[in-house]
Amino acid sequence: MQRAAALARKGCCPRTAGAWGRRWSSAAAEAPAVLRARRGRILTPESMNPQVRAVEYAVRGPIVLKAVEIELELQRGIKKPFTEVIRANIGDAQAMGQQPITFLRQVMALCTYPNLLDSPSFPEDAKKRARRILQACGGNSLGSYSASQGVNCIREDVAAYITRRDGGMPADPDNIYLTTGASDGISTILKILVSGGGKSRTGVMIPIPQYPLYSAVISELDAIQVNYYLDEENCWALNVHELRRAVREAKNHCDPKVLCIINPGNPTGQVQSRKCIEDVIHFAWEEKLFLLADEVYQDNVYSPDCRFHSFKKVLYEMGPEYSNNVELASFHSTSKGYMGECGYRGGYMEVINLHPEIKGQLVKLLSVRLCPPVSGQAAMDIVVNPPVAGEESFEQFHKEKESVLGNLATKAKLTENLFNEVPGIHCNPLQGAMYAFPRIFIPTKAVEAAQAHKMAPDMFYCMKLLEETGICVVPGSGFGQREGTYHFRMTILPPVEKLKTVLQKVKDFHIKFLDKYA
Amino acid sequence: MGQQPITFLRQVMALCTYPNLLDSPSFPEDAKKRARRILQACGGNSLGSYSASQGVNCIREDVAAYITRRDGGMPADPDNIYLTTGASDGISTILKILVSGGGKSRTGVMIPIPQYPLYSAVISELDAIQVNYYLDEENCWALNVHELRRAVREAKNHCDPKVLCIINPGNPTGQVQSRKCIEDVIHFAWEEKLFLLADEVYQDNVYSPDCRFHSFKKVLYEMGPEYSNNVELASFHSTSKGYMGECGYRGGYMEVINLHPEIKGQLVKLLSVRLCPPVSGQAAMDIVVNPPVAGEESFEQFHKEKESVLGNLATKAKLTENLFNEVPGIHCNPLQGAMYAFPRIFIPTKAVEAAQAHKMAPDMFYCMKLLEETGICVVPGSGFGQREGTYHFRMTILPPVEKLKTVLQKVKDFHIKFLDKYA
Repeated sequence: MQRAAALARKGCCPRTAGAWGRRWSSAAAEAPAVLRARRGRILTPESMNPQVRAVEYAVRGPIVLKAVEIELELQRGIKKPFTEVIRANIGDAQAMGQQPITFLRQVMALCTYPNLLDSPSFPEDAKKRARRILQACGGNSLGSYSASQGVNCIREDVAAYITRRDGGMPADPDNIYLTTGASDGISTILKILVSGGGKSRTGVMIPIPQYPLYSAVISELDAIQVNYYLDEENCWALNVHELRRAVREAKNHCDPKVLCIINPGNPTGQVQSRKCIEDVIHFAWEEKLFLLADEVYQDNVYSPDCRFHSFKKVLYEMGPEYSNNVELASFHSTSKGYMGECGYRGGYMEVINLHPEIKGQLVKLLSVRLCPPVSGQAAMDIVVNPPVAGEESFEQFHKEKESVLGNLATKAKLTENLFNEVPGIHCNPLQGAMYAFPRIFIPTKAVEAAQAHKMAPDMFYCMKLLEETGICVVPGSGFGQREGTYHFRMTILPPVEKLKTVLQKVKDFHIKFLDKYA
Repeated sequence: MGQQPITFLRQVMALCTYPNLLDSPSFPEDAKKRARRILQACGGNSLGSYSASQGVNCIREDVAAYITRRDGGMPADPDNIYLTTGASDGISTILKILVSGGGKSRTGVMIPIPQYPLYSAVISELDAIQVNYYLDEENCWALNVHELRRAVREAKNHCDPKVLCIINPGNPTGQVQSRKCIEDVIHFAWEEKLFLLADEVYQDNVYSPDCRFHSFKKVLYEMGPEYSNNVELASFHSTSKGYMGECGYRGGYMEVINLHPEIKGQLVKLLSVRLCPPVSGQAAMDIVVNPPVAGEESFEQFHKEKESVLGNLATKAKLTENLFNEVPGIHCNPLQGAMYAFPRIFIPTKAVEAAQAHKMAPDMFYCMKLLEETGICVVPGSGFGQREGTYHFRMTILPPVEKLKTVLQKVKDFHIKFLDKYA
């Protein structure tokens, strides 16, 4: 009835004339009176898939919903102690003002509207790449479905990139799968891996703190989450003793089969040492664990003492006993690095030592969704095949890339330093990635206040921060942390001056907070 | 297969991709206007930012406006619109949320036979129960409520049938359901408390002059409040079909009706784990629902290109039906819509035996031989489902007319030889 009234108010008369209208009205009129009220729904929180109900994803979770509410209030003119909400909750560089790489967008535009191949405004090296991509697409168009594994020549370009990156260690294009962002690849591999029931249900080892895609997918798949704690005292290092502890305990109640590593780390920003990576690979070999190496921040390394070593390269350098046996899937994305092309949903995974029938199963599973967005595949192609010295576009490309990465490195250091000036905040060095994950001291009275509000203490803290300053960060409880410790994750993506302002506001807020709940 | 993209759509996409082009005299003003609208709604004014998980706001508004116009003024609420990574993503997501229970109360999902095999694949992935209802080949693949009733009654013995999937226009069958049929289905869903999934990705592909596309949403609302307030419905559309053919962009949307408010929140939560659908695909969808209108600079060329594509498809639909029906041992129902022929083929007993010896379904055996002898690749009916003892294959009508005629001739020649060989 409300709907009809609403329609009438909008001046819209639903067509009810005619025999069919009367036919249905009378059928409905014959229904028992109880049915004429709004019926109970088929799909309710109680009847829905319980695995989905259990899923949480903090990066776009309750704090962000609150931020959106506040933004709407600001738009409606409601007065607040701030004029804008700062979305420091998500690793989206372009949303915070970072400019796309010119060359990448030129090639994409040429692929999108090939008439532009005749335009003098585009450099020849961009046109060359666009033609290469288009020739490999059905009908020479980004609008055709590609092979489910991805456009062939793009997979070849990815393999060539990996080979160069890893000092000549050859990569096989047949082991490359283009994906809808790295999230899609990670989720697909986990889906294939999870099996068994009861005590033999697949256990998936994940770092704590983690990027909550992993816990969400584990939840969806009804797999068993096995936590291993990163060492906050040691710059979030990965400790094999801790891995051993975790797997030993896990064997009591599940079948641990998968070990997930995020390097460089999210939210923690640590860049694992080469030795650490070797230790992890040896551990995986020993314990027969399938390795997932999430390496989407491989281009985001800031600390001069750190270097990115791919799991693939280290695995091969450890010799045939390892490189012939350890099953590994490594992931990359167009969303991070210096490109920041999140919206295109570009990504790839490289699989090593997979059973040939499993590779067929993988393609079969991917084929149900047809293919990843071809525009995202094209974006990935330019990421792995950028202008090189001697090419027309190289100078500008190099300048833009170095500017973005230099800027991020500056902000990483700035953020670490400023946070460490605040009493009650301690921030590990941001060796890589694009986040700070400082530890915050929350006084007992505040913990109690949080409990009274039925919130985790760091959620309570972040909500207050949001309400008082407009700054949106994600509470550590969304990523996992040792019991009794509290953190939040903030991106370092706002422009430098804005970032300084944000950090100052967080400092001021924190001092007030400590004072209020002393 | 050679169909050209719609010029206007690619112009707007290029402008969005490389906004420097907004200063270029080579692009029409109406394309620039749409590009600016889209970019202004994106974070950092860029297609490279993640959008909201439900999709870019103004694009959802444009989709709602399109639905309202399409459905004769019946208002659509942007809040009920979710942009998706192709329609497949939306269908898969909704089914994921719906499936629950165990043993005899495991969720049953009713699907048409023949079906588009996304449905059986997702049901399999989710460990849900597939409940088949047979379309009526003798009656142009019509949907028969008696058959729906039979299917749900039998299903209740071993599962909890909760979902009814309809594909209209049909894939692979190409039928366009009559308005009365849609009303009957809605009434059935209301009676049996079934969640309706209406896969309407071929809504722009209707060729038969006797047929018209009626959206489930519109018919539901026109049936009055007892239905329109109660029946839970999700309808799907895509940029991959129609006259656009933008498959590679993975653009799509779903409109949900009467969903529990907390379920809508659960939906956004689930979608948020994948962040968002590709923003370029969302932009493509925006142009599909917001194309040039009469009076705009680009309208004439747009209209010409659109009509050319659709006219061409209609010609090929008729051509294909006619040519197949000339072949002894092949019968093809009219291609009322979509983009496929799904002819029934007579496979002689000797060939069935040969297939069994090769451990293949008879129509797979037939299609393998067709491929090996002519290079023509079609999909055996067993991949879509069919009544026991019947055989079919699905062939697209997408090759250019002359090539299609050649293909049809070759299939005819092959079929006659095949009948002869296995006589």
